[in-house]
Amino acid sequence: MSALALPLPRRRVLPGFGLSLGISLTFVSLVLLLPMTGLVGQLKGLSLAEYWAIISDGRVVASYTVTIGAAALAALANAAFGLLLAWVLVRYDFPGKRLLDALMDLPFALPTAVAGITLATLYAGNGWVGGLLEPLGLKVAYTWVGIALAMAFTSIPFVVRTVQPVLEDLPPEVDEAAMTLGASDATGFRRVILPYLWPALVTGTGLAFVRSLGEFGAIIFIAGNAPFETEITALMIFVKLQEYDYAGASAIASVVLAVSLALLLAINVWQGHFIKRLHGGRG
Amino acid sequence: MSIRLTDIAKHYGHTGKGRPGHTANRALEPVNLEVSDGELVGLLGPSGSGKTTLLRIIAGLESPDRDPAGRILFGDRDVTDVHVRDRRIGFVFQHYALFRHMTVFDNVAFGLTVLPRRERPSSGEIRARVHRLLEMVQLERFAGRYPAQLSGGQQQRVSLARALALRPDVLLLDEPFGALDAKVRQELRRWLRQLHDELGFTSLFVTHDQEEALELSDRVAVMSHGRIEQIDTPDALYRTPANRFVFEFLGDVNHLEGEVQDGVLTCGDARLAVDLPDGHQELLLRPHEVRLTQAPTPEAQLPVTVTAISPVGAEVRIEVAADWLAAPWLATVRHADYERLALTRGQRLYVIPRHWHRFSDTPGQESRAIAA
Repeated sequence: MSALALPLPRRRVLPGFGLSLGISLTFVSLVLLLPMTGLVGQLKGLSLAEYWAIISDGRVVASYTVTIGAAALAALANAAFGLLLAWVLVRYDFPGKRLLDALMDLPFALPTAVAGITLATLYAGNGWVGGLLEPLGLKVAYTWVGIALAMAFTSIPFVVRTVQPVLEDLPPEVDEAAMTLGASDATGFRRVILPYLWPALVTGTGLAFVRSLGEFGAIIFIAGNAPFETEITALMIFVKLQEYDYAGASAIASVVLAVSLALLLAINVWQGHFIKRLHGGRG
Repeated sequence: MSIRLTDIAKHYGHTGKGRPGHTANRALEPVNLEVSDGELVGLLGPSGSGKTTLLRIIAGLESPDRDPAGRILFGDRDVTDVHVRDRRIGFVFQHYALFRHMTVFDNVAFGLTVLPRRERPSSGEIRARVHRLLEMVQLERFAGRYPAQLSGGQQQRVSLARALALRPDVLLLDEPFGALDAKVRQELRRWLRQLHDELGFTSLFVTHDQEEALELSDRVAVMSHGRIEQIDTPDALYRTPANRFVFEFLGDVNHLEGEVQDGVLTCGDARLAVDLPDGHQELLLRPHEVRLTQAPTPEAQLPVTVTAISPVGAEVRIEVAADWLAAPWLATVRHADYERLALTRGQRLYVIPRHWHRFSDTPGQESRAIAA
């Protein structure tokens, strides 16, 4: 083999590499990179002190807390229920399974504002569900619980759709093997199935979290938008825009962008390490 | 530990409550089987014969039908209603089913580490036991590796060590070598036999490879259509097959079908003297039971043409075809004869049967040697 390793230009067997990569990169640049550059460009009118003043303003900082707290709650709830849903969809057969499977994509397909209005109507004090919860002292609409609920609604498909294919790939013999070795169902799940699904679950949860950080339409109707209490960061950007303060809006947006990018990158790196181990290489 | 099955049946899908014994999706007819302590028994059959179902029922991975109420006994212990995790079996899967996120060491240790706390050995003892097991399967060096870093044969050895870690009463193997290539398979077969003789566990394995079953087992159960057709030592199976299915399944078979009249079987332009009553007859011949010559004899005029020659192995395998044959025949000849006959493809020859078998509709085999 080494005798053949001459420095010849390697011809690819698969055609169209240059063209397809070129088009992909152009598309990514136009749709993703250019707007992001524009966003950062908007910041040039601001000095560092001004920038810091905008992003550390008390009301904005409060919105960070609300957004991150609610997104974390939503992501955790989705991790649990998304895993359960994926499990039910993969492991059992029941009438209406395909319908449930299709429903999973509804949050993606539904305009988020529609979802927001629906949720707000349902969970308001005079709504169907809200009316039931109110006497129990549980207020959902116009509190940060409502925000988390809206976030959970829009981001559940991320968990289900990342875990589902991995679970489908998990051969039934693997849990059978655990059983023949004496493991109880709980032990088998914890020691065998969960580690197998772990990378997908973390990725799905991470995506759900990042998605929730930026969600706007579904939340504003149910959030109540009380300053310092139920305002989300996306709303802060919107408020700045309404005041024609484009630089201010971009400053806050850049924080959301940075956090989201950092998280996505971290998930990718971590997952890369994990998967490398499963496939044999050791880094 | 011995295994005894009585009336174990299985069918899939929903059959009406009022009609038990519905045969449309019967996977297993009521089966009886006894395996004595320390025996190595092969379940041999084509796919869909119910062999894997039977093995999985013994393991407890599937449950037998309630009606008839069959029983599974390990020694004196009735395990029919015992959950798989409490049956004390070791199970080896065709595709290894290793836990890919665990190292080889952790895979083998798994069964020990999930024992209830009071039965669980100390971690030092677990380590010692796992290392002994890995030594036994010659994989000590790989303790820290992940399954994906091992070859198929190595993975199957890990899976065997894992199954043996709890010192099971019974070891069950589902097509253990099915996913491996021929050389590795041969090696692992020999090695499993050695391990079995050394440790003396009772074991049952499923295979569709007749050679594997005959070579490895103390006794072989030949299955088809959810029934055990015959269970016997490899030698007895080969020499005295109980029926035509067993005969055909254990080795290559040549068919000769034709009308007999006045002691002569005619099939196209082929003729063979047989002492059988008049009427339609079918004779079965093993490849080593036919001889190839340049000239016909008065008793046998069976002209054929050589279509393929495979000189690999102890004997030369020769495929011959003719108009009067529905499917080509296979003949094995010694290398010396092969050279003497100077066989080439397309050559015209005559087949002389040395021996043939006939299975009538009533059970039993008739076989005749022909003085040549």
